[in-house]
Amino acid sequence: MMALAQTRLDQLSARIAGLHFPSTGWQGKARGDALSRLGEVGLPAARDEYWRYTAPAKLTAAEVKADVSKGEVAFDETDALRVVFVDGVFDAAASDDLAMDGLEIVRLADAVTDIHWAAEIYGQLETKGQTPVVRPLATLATAFATDGLLIRVTGKATRPVHVVYIGKSDTSDAILHHCVMLEKGAEMTLLESGDAAARFTSNLEVDVAEEARFHHVRLQGRNADRRVNTHIFARIAEQSTFKSFTASINGTMTRNEAVLDIVGDDAIAHVAGATVGDGRDFHNDDTVFITHAAERCESRQVYKKVLKNGATGVFQGKILVKPGAQKTDGYQISQSLLLDGDSQFLAKPELEIYADDVKCSHGSTSGAIDDTALFYLRSRGVPLRRAQSLLVLAFLAEALSEIEDEALAEDLRLRLEDWLDRHEG
Amino acid sequence: MSRSASKGLWANIMLNIKNLHVKLEDEDKVILRGVDLTVEAGKVHAIMGPNGSGKSTLSYVLSGRDGYEVTDGSAELEGEELLDMDPEERAAAGLFLAFQYPVEIPGVGNMTFLRTALNAQRKARGEEEVSAGDFLKLVREKAASLKIDADMMKRPVNVGFSGGEKKRNEILQMALLEPKMCILDETDSGLDVDAMKLVADGVNALRSEGRGFLVITHYQRLLDHIKPDVVHIMANGRIVLTGGPELALEVEKNGYTDILAGVE
Repeated sequence: MMALAQTRLDQLSARIAGLHFPSTGWQGKARGDALSRLGEVGLPAARDEYWRYTAPAKLTAAEVKADVSKGEVAFDETDALRVVFVDGVFDAAASDDLAMDGLEIVRLADAVTDIHWAAEIYGQLETKGQTPVVRPLATLATAFATDGLLIRVTGKATRPVHVVYIGKSDTSDAILHHCVMLEKGAEMTLLESGDAAARFTSNLEVDVAEEARFHHVRLQGRNADRRVNTHIFARIAEQSTFKSFTASINGTMTRNEAVLDIVGDDAIAHVAGATVGDGRDFHNDDTVFITHAAERCESRQVYKKVLKNGATGVFQGKILVKPGAQKTDGYQISQSLLLDGDSQFLAKPELEIYADDVKCSHGSTSGAIDDTALFYLRSRGVPLRRAQSLLVLAFLAEALSEIEDEALAEDLRLRLEDWLDRHEG
Repeated sequence: MSRSASKGLWANIMLNIKNLHVKLEDEDKVILRGVDLTVEAGKVHAIMGPNGSGKSTLSYVLSGRDGYEVTDGSAELEGEELLDMDPEERAAAGLFLAFQYPVEIPGVGNMTFLRTALNAQRKARGEEEVSAGDFLKLVREKAASLKIDADMMKRPVNVGFSGGEKKRNEILQMALLEPKMCILDETDSGLDVDAMKLVADGVNALRSEGRGFLVITHYQRLLDHIKPDVVHIMANGRIVLTGGPELALEVEKNGYTDILAGVE
């Protein structure tokens, strides 16, 4: 590989200068490896193909300063085991007791034994997810994560684990790395909500063994100054289920990447998202890469974005069907509702198929509120603003219906409705 | 005060349209050329006329749809000017349009829609909102009489409904919202005889002393089931002939061309 240009090396040095690098213990090798990979590829730059629609500067700048006062913690009605991180640091006092039937949770910073089950996952799924498209900020998170959770699911978890992020310092620069391993037939629901820090870079590696079921629902809520780049890397085995949903409200720079590798037959992988944004400072990017490497698997991508007053939404979604992945059923839809002429939606749907007996469909649309439907509602006495909200929520409903648990879906629906009430006109 | 005085004056006049002129907003195309029409409370008026005569435009203009410009005239509901109101204000004032093509709204449940509409109107009139329990009871009762099953109520508004189901859903809305002035735009279009009878029964059940009806139709057959008190013939943007129910039969027998030839 060619050596990195000096300017990119300088940029990388500046970004990692103040970061903590724990090079010892079972994570040492993965972190060292990540650091050298990072040295080869550098940080994302505006001209990189996968950053064409999203300027990486806010995520790669050496320092950050952002308002963290508007974070939104969700799912308060759901009985869950709460794990709290403040500015990216585990807060034992604010967290519940980590013991639960069916799973073990260890804090990454406490996992100091020489041999650890997570060694087989930590940085491994991330490394695999670098091909064919590099994701340097995920590599950075593997190298420099200061904390995170290692969750081993051995049975059916009795209640969800809710990771609550609280940002307090307006210069906090949190880098977290979570690993989840679901053993054969195990089940768990992972919830995430809140704003982690002034800037948040994270990895979530999920290894879903045969017949296991993993559900993930998260809220990125309300803070208009949010800067976040999350990555999910999942390995999805035979007859297992992986489902992830993200509601993203406001945020000046949000990039959520999901790299799902379906490696076992008859597996299911769904990712979905609902996004709402108002104003020129709003930028939201969902970048998804799903690889089908086994037979009779189903994947779904359902993304809906509501954009107004010059907001920008991005969707890059790819389905790769490898040779031999017969009877693949791949579905991808990305849609935006543009509430005015200033907002924009940039979509890059991709299909790459090397098997001959597959069913793959994708669609991408941008549109305005349907005038006829609006008039119909008003003619029945529904006031204009309420009619608009109803139609916007109706637009988001298809994405929200991807969430299996109705109470969780309702929680997010109400938050989106609340946003619409606050952003009328 | 002047408002209530004028209300008293028009005590039994529900809808009063005077010299209504309307053109398309974006084009120099005139559609209504001086419509005069008065509908009394308790009466059913029918408007018949050939395609393109302006019947549907009249219903849209009265209910406040975008795309039209009123260049002259007025339309009052119980003495209040409709043309100054937003569509939702017209609805709260008691106007209801049963659409020729009811709109499908994916993602909005029929029940949510009906309850939102009912409560929005009640709120606009300063009335108390209907509780979820009372609403459910009310809907069940009205739906049963129109043979609308629970499944239809659970689905998104008009999505996957047959033509007949859509029209029945319109009448259900009318029954729930209890408007003072009902306009039915080509409600018979796309219906077979049985479906038409069901819809007509629903409309007839709503006929009352305090309510006016304007039934817009191309064919006479709907008027066999919803018997009008007065029949108007509309042509080229104007009411050109007014008479009793026998006028509808004449249309059926001789067609519009003959009748209109007699007028002009």
